[in-house]
This record gives sequence, C-alpha cells and structure tokens, in this order.
Amino acid sequence: MWEYTDKVKEHFLNPRNVGVIEDADGVGEVGSLACGDALTLYFKLDDQGRIKDAKFQTFGCASAIASSSALTEMIKGLTLEEAQKITNDDIAKFLGGLPKEKMHCSVMGFDALKHAVANYRGEKVKEKEGTIVCECFDVTDLEITRAVKENNLKAIEDVTNYTKAGGGCSKCHGKIQELIDEAWHHKKPKVKSNKKLTNVQKIKLIEETLEKVIRPSLKRDHGNIELVDVDGDLVSVKLHGSCAFCSKSPITLKNFVESKLKEYVSHDILVEEVKE
Amino acid sequence: MKLVYADNNATTQIDSIVLDEMLPFLKEYYGNPSSMYGLAEKSGTKIKEARQRVAALINASEDEIIFTSCGTESNNTAVHAALEKQPEKKHIITTRVEHPAIKSLCERLARNGYRVTFVPVDKKGNLDTQLLFKSITKDTAIVSVMWANNETGVLFPVQEIAEDVRKKGIVFHTDAVQAVGKIPVDVKSAGVDMLTLSGHKIHAPKGVAALYVRKGLPFASYLIGGHQERGRRGGTENVASIVALGKACQLAGSRLEVMNTKIRAMRDRLENELLEKIPNSAINGNRENRVPSTTNVGFNSIEGEAILLMLDQLGICASSGSACTSGSLEPSHVLRAMNVPFTSAHGSVRFSFSTYNEEKEVDYIVEKLPPIIARLRELSPFWKQ
Ligand SMILES: Cc1ncc(COP(=O)(O)O)c(C=O)c1O
Repeated sequence: MWEYTDKVKEHFLNPRNVGVIEDADGVGEVGSLACGDALTLYFKLDDQGRIKDAKFQTFGCASAIASSSALTEMIKGLTLEEAQKITNDDIAKFLGGLPKEKMHCSVMGFDALKHAVANYRGEKVKEKEGTIVCECFDVTDLEITRAVKENNLKAIEDVTNYTKAGGGCSKCHGKIQELIDEAWHHKKPKVKSNKKLTNVQKIKLIEETLEKVIRPSLKRDHGNIELVDVDGDLVSVKLHGSCAFCSKSPITLKNFVESKLKEYVSHDILVEEVKE
Repeated sequence: MKLVYADNNATTQIDSIVLDEMLPFLKEYYGNPSSMYGLAEKSGTKIKEARQRVAALINASEDEIIFTSCGTESNNTAVHAALEKQPEKKHIITTRVEHPAIKSLCERLARNGYRVTFVPVDKKGNLDTQLLFKSITKDTAIVSVMWANNETGVLFPVQEIAEDVRKKGIVFHTDAVQAVGKIPVDVKSAGVDMLTLSGHKIHAPKGVAALYVRKGLPFASYLIGGHQERGRRGGTENVASIVALGKACQLAGSRLEVMNTKIRAMRDRLENELLEKIPNSAINGNRENRVPSTTNVGFNSIEGEAILLMLDQLGICASSGSACTSGSLEPSHVLRAMNVPFTSAHGSVRFSFSTYNEEKEVDYIVEKLPPIIARLRELSPFWKQ
C-alpha cells in the first residue's frame, strides 16, 4: 500500500480541472499507454498573458492524477514564465510529498507544461535533446542528469523513481550510474581519440578506461575487472568478486564494458570474458 | 457494508476453527517438540496429526510432507534439492508466468551458470506444453510448473506434463499454492515428485507451508540445522502454525465442493455482469480452464492502482497486475507473457474469492465498480467513447 498524504488522496478522489479546453491556447501531451502514464494539459490565457484556465486529462495511478490536478491549480493566475519555473519538486511539495517511487508522476506534469508552452509559442518542442539512455521509456541523458541534479539523486534506483529510466530491462544501468557520477563530478578521463593507435597506446588506453570509467561502476557492486589479454581488437577480461555473479554480469560485459571501450578506445573493440 | 474482501489469492483470513485449534500451542503448550517431557509430547502428537491432515488433502503419505516457513521456502527447497542431487545437470525448465518465488530464483540461477528455459504461454495464458517437452534435454535437472496461476487462475495440465517429464527421468515440481483448496489436488494421480502448498492461502496463518516430496526422491535440505522434519528441514517447529495448517487442510478438503459450485457460480456471475455493464472490458485468461474462485478483468484506457484506491474507498479489497501497484513500471510479467495489450494490461483488476464470500458482495461490486471505471475513463486522455 502506498503511503499517500491526505492531500494526494484528496486531489486523487476529487481532482480539480478535469477535462478539455476546446479553444485552448496551449496543449501539451506527454507519456503513452505503454509507459503506464500519460497526461494532456490545456491552458487558456487572459489579456494580461496570465493563465486564466487550465485543464487536464490523465491516464495513470493516483499520484499521477493528483499531480496533474495540483499542477493545474498551481499554474492558474501565473504568467507562462512564472509557470515554467515550477519544478516537479514544487508539485510534490504542494501535495505534501509523494512516495519516492512515484516522483516520476510529478515529472510528467512538468514536462506537459513545457510542451503546452511550446505549443502556444508555435515552437515545436525540440525533439528530445541528448541521447536516449533508457530505450524502454525513452529517457535521455540530459533528462537523467537534470533529475539527478535537481533532486540530489545518488542511486540508480532513485533515478528510476524520478524518471522511469532503468525501470524496464535494466540494460542502461551502467550508463545511468555514469551520469550520476558525472553529475557529482567524479572525473571522466579525457582520452577520447579516434586516431590510429599503436598497440602499446591501445593497451594503455584500455587500462586507463578500465581504471577510470569501468572499475568505479563495478566496484559499487563490490566487483572488479582484470585485463587478461589484448589480441588485436579482442579484449579478454576476467570479472572478480560479486560482479561475476551479480545481476548485471551479462550486461556489464557486453553492453557496458564493451560500449565503454568502443567509446574511449576504438569502435572495433570486442570484449570476451575469461572464466577462472 | 462491511469490508468486501475479494483478494484471497493474496492471502486469506484465518478461519476461527483454525485459530481455536492453534491457540493452545501459543499459550499453554509451548514445549519444544524435541524435548523429553509430557509438555513437549503434546506438541509432537499434534504435529503428527497435522502432517496426516496435510497429507490426506493431497493424497500423500505422512512422511512425504515437510513443513516449511512459507511457500517461497518450499519452492526454493524443491529446486535446490533437485540441483544439489544432480550436480552434473545444469538446465532448468519453468514457465514465464511463475510466481516470483520460482521466477526470481530461476533468474538468479541463470546468472550463476544454469541454463533456464522459460516456457511461454498463449494469449489466454495456456502453457505451450509442446515447447516444454521439446526443451527437455539430458542436461535438464528439474521442471517446475505452477498448477494454478495466482494472477489469472489459469490451470496448467500438470498431470500431462508430469507424466512426460518423469518418463524421461527428470524431477518434476509444481507450485500448487493457488490450486490447493480450490480444486482437488492428488499427488499420486498427478504423478508429481514435489509439490508446494502454503497455509495463508487456505485460512491458516502466514508463515507456514509444506513441501510434498515423493517417497524415494533424492532430497537435500535447504535449511541446514537440527534433526527436525527427519533431518530434511532444520529449525524448531512452528508448532502452532503447523497445527493450524493441518486444520486448514482438513477444512479445505471439506469445502472443495462449495468452491466448485457456489463460489464458481459467484465468480462467473461477477464476470458476466461486469462484462455486460462495462464496455471495453475483457477477461484475462482462459475462462474454460481456471480455478473456480479467480477472475482477472482488464478495463481499457485506465490504470489499475487508481481503480484499487477507489474500490478501497468503498471497502472493496482487490488487486491489480498494474505496474504502479508494485513500484516497478511495467504491467505484470504474467499479463505481458500473455501479450495482453497495454491498453488494458495497466487497467487489470483481480478479484479472488474464498468460501467466506457471499452473493451480496458480488452485488455490491457489480454496483460500485462501473461508476469507478466510468469516472476514471472520464479523466483519461485515451478514452474515446
Ligand atoms: C503461486 C504462488 N506461489 C508461491 C507463493 C508464495 O507463498 P508464500 O507467501 O507462502 O511464500 C504465492 C503467494 O503469494 C503464490 O501465489
């Protein structure tokens, strides 16, 4: 059972401003059926450019409905500039807090408003900037980094709660971890290079990438990685500690280690795991 | 209206007869059954009686019953025993729709060097038994297939599978937690090697269960400790709960007929009336082949958690395969394995009855649910009349 505040329950059971504004000035749609939640937000401005009326339709759980209701209440009377300063955290605060598993519901309100404003201004909401990290839920690196910074997130699980990223196949957990690290200024080696490397350079670069990029992520799971051999583009590694058994083992290797080495060393790198 | 409890696949209330039977063992008869005095003997005798009662319900013999702490432990024990006793075999066959007590265990084993085949189901939740049979290899250590699905109630042809699997010399286990007490379960005629049942689904308390292990089947204990359960499960017996499980099994046997007649009719009526009153709704699962007490209904364009909370406001307890009830973000693995479309998978609700439920509760649900669905659809951007 979720622990919803009375305010969440109240806004869920008696949502304000449900419906459609036929002659809306701005309409924003986010989410989808597949995602499990979606929100369409409408607003109408008065002559002063303030939001005169706001309405919504939401498909989703209680907190998604309550967050939408809260948002429409919060933006009424504001200018678009003021309204856009509202963060998902403000929405959660308005509701007296949301369970952390449900924070992504408030993020949806924030996104819908952004879309509605863009719609009003006749801008196309820029196709998502950045690169998609979570393919299951279509979440980009920029969105993750923003959520991490705005909400002071430290763990993958928190990122999932806030953005949904990583909540599906979990293939992107390595990448999310990296974004968290970057956001909190764990240094990233500046070694990117696509020049032809000598073998010695290549091995050095592989070791550097292992040390600075890959090991820190594995160590969090109490694992480690050892470079066994480099034969042309074939890199043999051994996994140690709990990592060899951990949930990410097949993914760590194929999708994480290899993708990192491809990124930092050379596109042709292939990784294989050597067992004891 | 008092509480309408229609979530008996999640857990059940303790029967008052069961409670009366167990209470003395929480009060005056607190002796350790292993001890050497009269006080303890009483516990030992009652455990023996409980073992007979559990055995009787599933047509096993007394020494084939091991008491455990929960269905989850029984499932873990069964798989563990089969692997431990056949260390050379590295393949496990199970289904895509198992309870996490098998599913998560097998996923863990898959990461630890075992090969696991998760046999798929069709749109109605029926198991692809041909594919299961084809998956069997010399390397297969155990086949574990649930008897009845907890979310949809769909039954798997355990007898047919067990026969083929065991002919090939492979261990067969069934998680019958949702079958026992709802349909006749006979380990002999089904021909299973191991079977899991759990107390709290049949009006015993939570935290007690049993594993049936066929006489002669090589077995290794999972909880290693004292000589309890003839050395097959360490740990001082949970006497009161074991006594309760025995009584609950006895009662369950006597209520199977009611389950199959009165409760089945109630469930069917609930389904038919909901389908009739609520447009764009559908039953998830093969209606022809389910336990009599369970229905899983999908409602297009809305989300399950919202339905459950509104039902809760009216005193109706049900559950949902919706993502948002579990903290994960995708609909249940069972509905996904059945390829239930996203449009209704998120809005699926399970009602599960016990012999405690009454006709008037069906009336109440049928009265209260349609306006809730209509209200939530009004809120939904996907609902187009
Ligand atoms: C099919 C099935 N197997 C196993 C279990 C687990 O039983 P227990 O809760 O006793 O561990 C349940 C109950 O949730 C179940 O429905």
